[in-house]
Order: sequence, then C-alpha cells, then structure tokens
Amino acid sequence: MSSDESIEVTEVALPGIGLRHDFVTSKGRRVGVVSHRSGKRELVIYDQEDPDACVDSVTLTGDEADTLAEYLGTHRVMERLATLSDQVSNLHTRKFPVSSGSRYDGKTLGDTHVRTRTGASIVAILRDGEAIASPTPDFGLTGNDTLILVGTDEALSAVGEILAE
Amino acid sequence: MESGILLLELGAVILSLSILGRFAARVQLSPIPLYLLAGLLFGHGGLLPLATSEEFISVGAEIGVILLLLLLGLEYSADELMVNLRTHASSGVVDLVVNSAPGIAVGIMLGWELPAIVAMGGVTYATSSGIAAKLLTDLGRLGNRETPVVLSLLVLEDLTMALYLPILTALLAGVGLFGGSVTVLIAVATISIALIVALKYGRLINKLLFSSDSELLLLGVFGLALLVAGIAQQLQVSSAVGAFLVGIALSGKVAESARVVLSPLRDLFAAVFFVFFGLHTDPTQIPPVLGIAVVLALVTTITKVWVGGWAASRAGIARPGQLRAGTMMVPRGEFNIVIAGLAASAGFAGIGPLAAAYVMLMAVFGPMLTRFVGPISGGVLKVLTRTKSPPPTG
Repeated sequence: MSSDESIEVTEVALPGIGLRHDFVTSKGRRVGVVSHRSGKRELVIYDQEDPDACVDSVTLTGDEADTLAEYLGTHRVMERLATLSDQVSNLHTRKFPVSSGSRYDGKTLGDTHVRTRTGASIVAILRDGEAIASPTPDFGLTGNDTLILVGTDEALSAVGEILAE
Repeated sequence: MESGILLLELGAVILSLSILGRFAARVQLSPIPLYLLAGLLFGHGGLLPLATSEEFISVGAEIGVILLLLLLGLEYSADELMVNLRTHASSGVVDLVVNSAPGIAVGIMLGWELPAIVAMGGVTYATSSGIAAKLLTDLGRLGNRETPVVLSLLVLEDLTMALYLPILTALLAGVGLFGGSVTVLIAVATISIALIVALKYGRLINKLLFSSDSELLLLGVFGLALLVAGIAQQLQVSSAVGAFLVGIALSGKVAESARVVLSPLRDLFAAVFFVFFGLHTDPTQIPPVLGIAVVLALVTTITKVWVGGWAASRAGIARPGQLRAGTMMVPRGEFNIVIAGLAASAGFAGIGPLAAAYVMLMAVFGPMLTRFVGPISGGVLKVLTRTKSPPPTG
C-alpha cells in the first residue's frame, strides 16, 4: 500500500471484529486503524505513557474513512502543493538532480540536512521515471535521482549550493 | 379466556423487562441480573407467580438459548477458530483449569453429585463474551493492544463450550461411563465434521442461504439453526452446540445480514430465557447460599484477573494493560445461566440458586470493575512515574 517500506505496520487479527493495523510515527506516537468487518473504521491514537492503551478512538463510516484517507494521501498533498506554489508568489517548486559521484551519492536524505539548513522541503524524489512521494530522512540517495523541493527562492538557491558541494 | 390471561401475563412480563432494561442502561450495567430478579419475582414462591404462561415461556427460553449460541457462532469464522486454537491453546487450557477449579471445589464441598459438580465448574469458568465484547466497544478499547489477547481467550472459551456442553448434557442425562464416552465421541465427531464442512463448503452454504430480502434470510438462517439444533438434541449433543456450529458455518455477507435481522429476536428470547431460569429458582433458597456465592465471586474474580493478566504478559503487554485484560475477563452472564439451567432442569436443583446468586453478583460487579480499573491503573501509573523521575536538583 505504502510506497515506503521503512514504516513497519503491525497487522493484528481481532477475532469476531476484524483487523487492526498500527505503527509508530518517527516522533514516537503509535497510531492505528481498526477495520471492522462491517466496513466501519476506527482511528485510534495510543497513550504516550501507556503504549498498550488508546487515549482516543474516532469511529468512521466507510465513506468517512475514504475521505480522511484521501486528505492524508500523498497524491492529494502533491496536487495541493503544486497549486499552492502557483498561488503563493514567493513559494517555488524546483528539481535538483543528484549526479553520480556527487557527495550525497550513497548517503541518506537526512545526511543532506536540507530542511534544517535551508527551510526547503523535499516533497518527492524522481527515480527511474517514478515519483517517490514524501521520502523519509533515512531514504538512501543514489546518483541519477532527482529531488523535488518546495521553498522560497533563497532557500532553493541554498539547496543548490549544498547539493553542489 | 385462557388465551387472554396468557397474553396479559406475557405482556406484563415483557413490559416489566423493558423497564428493567432501561434502568440497567441508565446505570450502564448488564440487564441480565435484573432479568433474573424478574424471574424470581414471577416464579413459584415469588411475589407475583404466573399462572398460565409458563409453558410458553419454557419453549421461548429454549429458543433463546439456541439464538444466543447461533449469534455467538456468527461472530466467528471457522478459519479464525482454527488459527486461535493453534496459537493460544495453552492460555485456553490454563483459563479452563484455573477458573473451573473454584466451582468444582464448591460442588465437592457441598456434597453434590458429579454432574452438578461439572456444571458448577462451567458456571465459574465461562466469561460472557457478549458482555466483554460490549464493554470493549463501549469503553473504546478495541484498538488497545491487550484486546486481541482478551478476544482470543473469549474465542477459546466459546469453542470449549461447544465441547463441554455435549459432555455435560450426557452426564446430566445420567448415562454411565460407557454411554458417556460414546456420547462424547459422537459430540467430538459431530463438531469436527461440522468444522470441516464449514471450512470446505462454507462458501456453498452461504451462497444457498443468502438473500438480499431480510425476511427470506431470517427464515432461512433461523430455520436451519432450529433444524440442526433439533438433530443435535436427538444425538444427545445439545441443541445449543448445534446452533453454535450453524453460526460458525455461516460467514461473510450472510453472517453480516443474519446478525442484523436475528439480534432483536435473540434479545427478546434471551430475556425470556433469563426470566425462565429465575422462574425455576426458588427465591427462598438464595439467602442460604449467598455467602458461598460472594466467596466464589471474590475467588473467581482473582483467578480471572490473573489468567487474563498472565495471557497479556505473554503477549508483551505492560502492567496496566495486563490489569485491563484481566478485569475484562471477569463478567459472567448468559452461558453460566445456560449451564446452570441445563443442570437445574435435569433435576439437580441445588445448583440453580447458587448459580443465580453468583451470576447476579458477577454480571453487576464485573463490568464495574472493568470500567473503573482503566482510570485507576492510569492514575496509579502517573503517580508511579512521577515518583520515579528524579527530583530537580539545586
């Protein structure tokens, strides 16, 4: 389902009820979805102090769950970003190739420290003609990747300098 | 004239159940103990003994038991049962041994005969999966990580019931050791065949029974359940088990829709069943056994909490979760009364009052314990973590 294999989703059968999927976010919060056999969905958020208990659960109908998924979905986000950069004059999208033999060939995305140093966001990576949306910091870069970034003009120029190092 | 009184009595009984049910819902408790109380009130020696409707109520009670087990079976698919059996069998055995022991011990101490002792073991063993599942949903704990452990134990208990009920029925019928083992063999064979049929031909059965018309679906599923229950009864396997197996064989869309159309019917007839059990329990016999029931309630609360907690700890759940899992296993309810009802109607009268008192205590106390242990253990945890963190220096 996810294009990113680094998120480890646990699947648990709930006999008589359905299935539960959950995972821990990079900030240490556990979130999950209980899928009832009736089609009902429950969004559950776990307690930080007691990791086995959920602090809250939101019950969604099938349609409501689809709507939420659509808004959380990366395709939707990219779509909105594209229109956003058109609307907001000082926000731009730019592509940066990572040439083979560059400093970051073989390193992870986190190693570039692009976001912390410039404030620009890497929204996707183009590899072999495919877009990998919302890459995580531990994503391994290779030569011939293209990074797609969103940020102010200054930030994007700074990114160009970093990648050219 | 006669039928007028019958309707009048039935109407009065069902209407008073609705009032009791509303009251139970308001104080957020299971209505089962109140239905039992109503039965005590309307029965022999009670305040308002019924004159003519007893026979009808007795048939209604039988249908109630069949519907209770049919809907229980509908909750599960044969695949789920097999997976559970393989992965959680050891927890299931510990649960069975530790929680039937107090009932068996009390039976022996009271000098009962073997069938009544075995029945009492069943009364203290089985958790009410109905009450537990409802509590899990109401308290928003379906997502909790200890919940699969609780559900697995419930599934195993229900599956154990499918084996236990025919054995108990055989014992209660007074068949000897040989006759008993033959019955057990028949029971095991029937259940195995039913499971295999459900696994292999489930799709076909479902296809034949399915109808988008809820009336046709209701008649089909209900009719099949009664038919199989009757056949099972003839084979001395207990009608309840027959209905349970029909429920398991049905899955997917048929099970979904059958649950919807049969639930109101189940609610009505199950209520009748609880009243029937109360009717046949002499209220004057309850006070003498109340002390024993209280002790039994305390002991089996501890054993259930321990088993649930232990199973949860094996699944890597932390302390608060273990406690929640343990207390979730405490409530007893419908099946304990089904078991006691079988024994009482077979002439083992002593078990009725004790089981009634015990289930009334557990069905009230269990859900309350479950409800309040979450916040309490959460509070304790917060205090503990606060005291553990080092005090600020300087």
